[in-house]
Amino acid sequence: MTTTMTTTMTTRVRARARALGLGLALLLVAAPAARAEEALIAVAANFTAAARDIGAAFEAEGGHSVTFSFGSTGKLYAQIAHGAPFHAFLAADVARPEKAEAEGLAVSGSRFTYALGRLALYSPDPDRIGTDGAVALAADDVDRLAIANPVTAPYGAAALEVLAALDLTDALRARLVQGDTIMQTHQFVVTGNVPLGFVALAQIVGHTDGSRWLVPQDLYTPLRQDAVLLRAGADSVAARAFLDFLRGPVARDIITGYGYGLDDDGRG
Amino acid sequence: MATVVWLTLQLAAVVTVVLLVVSTPIAWWLARSKAPWKEVVGALVTLPLVLPPTVLGFYLLVAFSPSSPLGQAIEGVFGQGLPFTFEGLVVASVLHSLPFAVQPIRNAFEAIGDRPLEVAATLRASPWAAFWTVAVPLARPGFLAGAILGFAHTMGEFGVVLMIGGNIPGETKVLSIAIYDYVETLEWDKAHVLAAGMLGFSFTVLLAMRLVERRLGWGGQTR
Repeated sequence: MTTTMTTTMTTRVRARARALGLGLALLLVAAPAARAEEALIAVAANFTAAARDIGAAFEAEGGHSVTFSFGSTGKLYAQIAHGAPFHAFLAADVARPEKAEAEGLAVSGSRFTYALGRLALYSPDPDRIGTDGAVALAADDVDRLAIANPVTAPYGAAALEVLAALDLTDALRARLVQGDTIMQTHQFVVTGNVPLGFVALAQIVGHTDGSRWLVPQDLYTPLRQDAVLLRAGADSVAARAFLDFLRGPVARDIITGYGYGLDDDGRG
Repeated sequence: MATVVWLTLQLAAVVTVVLLVVSTPIAWWLARSKAPWKEVVGALVTLPLVLPPTVLGFYLLVAFSPSSPLGQAIEGVFGQGLPFTFEGLVVASVLHSLPFAVQPIRNAFEAIGDRPLEVAATLRASPWAAFWTVAVPLARPGFLAGAILGFAHTMGEFGVVLMIGGNIPGETKVLSIAIYDYVETLEWDKAHVLAAGMLGFSFTVLLAMRLVERRLGWGGQTR
């Protein structure tokens, strides 16, 4: 009886060893694909749609994969400052990537401008905004105006600059509704809960309905959007490859397709 | 910061009053009804306890939207929509905190049993009079627990407010949102002040409730 048991056990152990061997063999066969890495990128909310397109094109081209975390620039910066494992940071301003570099959170010398953002005033109502957005903003029936949280979102700060430039700050201060990100701000407007709001042009290039006003660029500080390689991604082949791809022609086409400008002057 | 605390206290106070008014008939019906489907209503009322606040926030945003029939009706009656207003937060918080008020009041009503009300009836008290002079005084611990829990829960409201509040100072920027903002912008000293205050408040509330419950519990043993 003892012998039978031992035999059975030996058989089992052998079967297990065989399964393990098979698994190892499979792993070896799969190894070339497993060498492909994953890049984890923190992306400012306004760049959500463009980043998804660029990510798809990037994955289609090379062996690496990319995962995005979207949020307001300020919020993402706070997460990075507290050890979030992001490999790279696509911000909506220059200040935060610069600060990350200065504080040793980013690889110095890796910072570059990937897009120039454009601010737009948008309303789902086709008749609300005419040729001059300032008129629409000053209208009496604007009971709410949506902007992104100006402290954490550069597009929200730009919206406040526009109001100040148009001398409408005092008139509209009490009516401001703040989205946590520019995505939520856009959602407030699109759902009709707020009649109009300052959003990123990239969010509404696809909309054919409603009315819009492309805010003249002399009314706000240019929304220069910088990307930077973070310390956690210093050794990541995938993150470096993605940043290179972001500078390449395919990504540039996608970026301009969403209404962003490119920093061609600075490129030389 | 004072504005934020004051606004949050106001919201919690208004919500608590509304909660007591709304919860009492619901709790009474749930405690006394023999209807076979009453637990369906009971489960509906308890839903906000287990639902993610984002689900409630999403539905409220859709329901209150000016493009929905309900949103249009509200705007027609009150002249303004509910999202991004103090009133909107009151409605949302009442829905979100409903189980916290209904459950203790219902338990208290159920604990009374039939006898005191039958005795009241034999003394020719109308059901209405019996309710006010017998049931409500006997259920006092339940009302107190419901009020305290509803108040405390509203003080800490976050998810729903984030979705339908719009972060408007003096109108919808409540304490939990302010803490969130301070943490996000790395203003930790301010976040610490509010967070510690909230911690102390919550502990005091729970301790006070236990003490009051014990005292009233003994007082209620006279039946």
